[in-house]
Amino acid sequence: MTAALALLCILLAGLSLMAGPVWLPPAEVLQGLAGGESTAAIIVTDIRLPRTLLALAIGATLGLAGAALQGLVRNPLAEPTLFGAPAAAAFASALVLAFGGASALSLALPVAGMAGAFVSVALLFLVAGQRAGITVLLLAGLALNAFFGAATALVLNLAPNPFAALEIAFWLLGSLEDRSFVHLALAGPFMALGALLLASQAKAYRALTLGEEVAASLGTDVARSRLAVAAGLALGVGAAVSVTGAIGFVGLVAPHLVRRAAGSDPARILLPSALAGAALLTAADILVRLVPATTEIKTGVVTALVGVPFFLWRILHIRRAEEGA
Amino acid sequence: MSGLALDQVSVSLGGHPVLRDVTLAVAAGALLAVVGPNGAGKTSLLRAVAGLAPFTGTIRLGGETLGAGAAAARARRIAYLPQRSELAWALSVRDAVLLGRLPHGDPFSRATPEDGRAVAAALDRLGLAALAGRPVTELSGGERARVMLARALATEAPLLLADEPTTALDPAHQLAVLGLLREIAAEGRTVLAVLHDLTLAARFADTVAVLDQGRLMAAGPPEETLSEALLGTVFGLACTRVLVDGRQVPVPLARR
Repeated sequence: MTAALALLCILLAGLSLMAGPVWLPPAEVLQGLAGGESTAAIIVTDIRLPRTLLALAIGATLGLAGAALQGLVRNPLAEPTLFGAPAAAAFASALVLAFGGASALSLALPVAGMAGAFVSVALLFLVAGQRAGITVLLLAGLALNAFFGAATALVLNLAPNPFAALEIAFWLLGSLEDRSFVHLALAGPFMALGALLLASQAKAYRALTLGEEVAASLGTDVARSRLAVAAGLALGVGAAVSVTGAIGFVGLVAPHLVRRAAGSDPARILLPSALAGAALLTAADILVRLVPATTEIKTGVVTALVGVPFFLWRILHIRRAEEGA
Repeated sequence: MSGLALDQVSVSLGGHPVLRDVTLAVAAGALLAVVGPNGAGKTSLLRAVAGLAPFTGTIRLGGETLGAGAAAARARRIAYLPQRSELAWALSVRDAVLLGRLPHGDPFSRATPEDGRAVAAALDRLGLAALAGRPVTELSGGERARVMLARALATEAPLLLADEPTTALDPAHQLAVLGLLREIAAEGRTVLAVLHDLTLAARFADTVAVLDQGRLMAAGPPEETLSEALLGTVFGLACTRVLVDGRQVPVPLARR
């Protein structure tokens, strides 16, 4: 399955380089990638390549974060927003957009977003405590999520002018439009570090299948795992959100799409889930370019539109399995 | 000595003492049944030994003092089966049992022949070999309980702590599991099992420890320890005795 998903990602990446207002055939894409000064080369390398790479990286980060978080809290309903980091990143970015005089493509945005995510994780541990159980941690995360959501609304409310409010509103929908290699260079290392932290706890997710007490009796340092996952989430998802705005749903759905094929093993699911997330976001980002509309539809809007049918189909399967049992 | 030795072990939960000054020794190769009314501190005793509850006093295993830290080494030496086992994901029976090998390395991506042998032996001992490929979520409560015991056995730790391992089982499987625990002890390991069934405890255990309100009331061979007077004061029970396998075992008759 992992190989099939990887192939799907490669195919979608190719399609993503071809698709857009100017449709490029594969030969021109390859020529463009090889270099040169042609218009096709510029479109491919300067516009579509960074966008494609960001879609893959951010989708993978979100898919991995979802799988990791579900493994940590042993619950298939968990998703990155539960820890409040994405909402905090969105709030910090919105704040910069509204009052910092930055545009939606400015680099101040990712910096602010990651800072926001870290503040939220620090607050989370301040409120919940280092050794908090999962319930306390989730409650604190939900509270912070709601708080930063409201704070973002307040920023919109107090935005100095309607243009700023509109820009924030659009930014919050989530988009990969006009992102450059600079964004990738800035957010990429944080996403990579976050992914490493999340993946490093694979063994702990397995042990936690049996509950926190038994995991501890099997030699797992549950408190340290929790810290690693929270930091990985802040780094990875904070960086992702701050580049694209809020992209919902990928983190929740990606693990479900691959769980059964991974034998429900919370560690073996990590890579497939990352690949599924990458494929989902890239597919959504191709779709927004193909839909004829005067304003480009935002990718964050489409992820749910693309993901939900898949998700419902998976739920039907789960339901059949349950009824059959 | 080898085996387990507790010296003046106390545990507090939220400021309330739940285990007070328990001093107790179990030899390697012995099955110790921990009995006592609800809330007597049986689970707290097991959790302290497993390193899951902070305690005062000393606990020694095989002559070495168990302290804070060294979680990985402890996990290889002590297997812990809690009262209510949870299993969050629909793992196969084999994968669930393989979790018991986690203290020994990375059994899922780099399984050693030792891992394979231990898992196969544990599945075999609990009669689960035929179910190995099935998701645990599709099993009955009793089958799940056996999977969880197999998981604890697969660790092959010198000390096994089992909290009410027979509660979810039908009578035939209760007997089978207790027979198995005695077999494991006979191999030179130490087994601590919390049991509610006094008849079974007296029949299978080498030693019985009776707890009440956090205190150790008595410990010793079951026939002498589970006396009529003690069963009356600790459990509030009137009992009769029957002879099974050459042992006098108590059968509760009525509240006293």
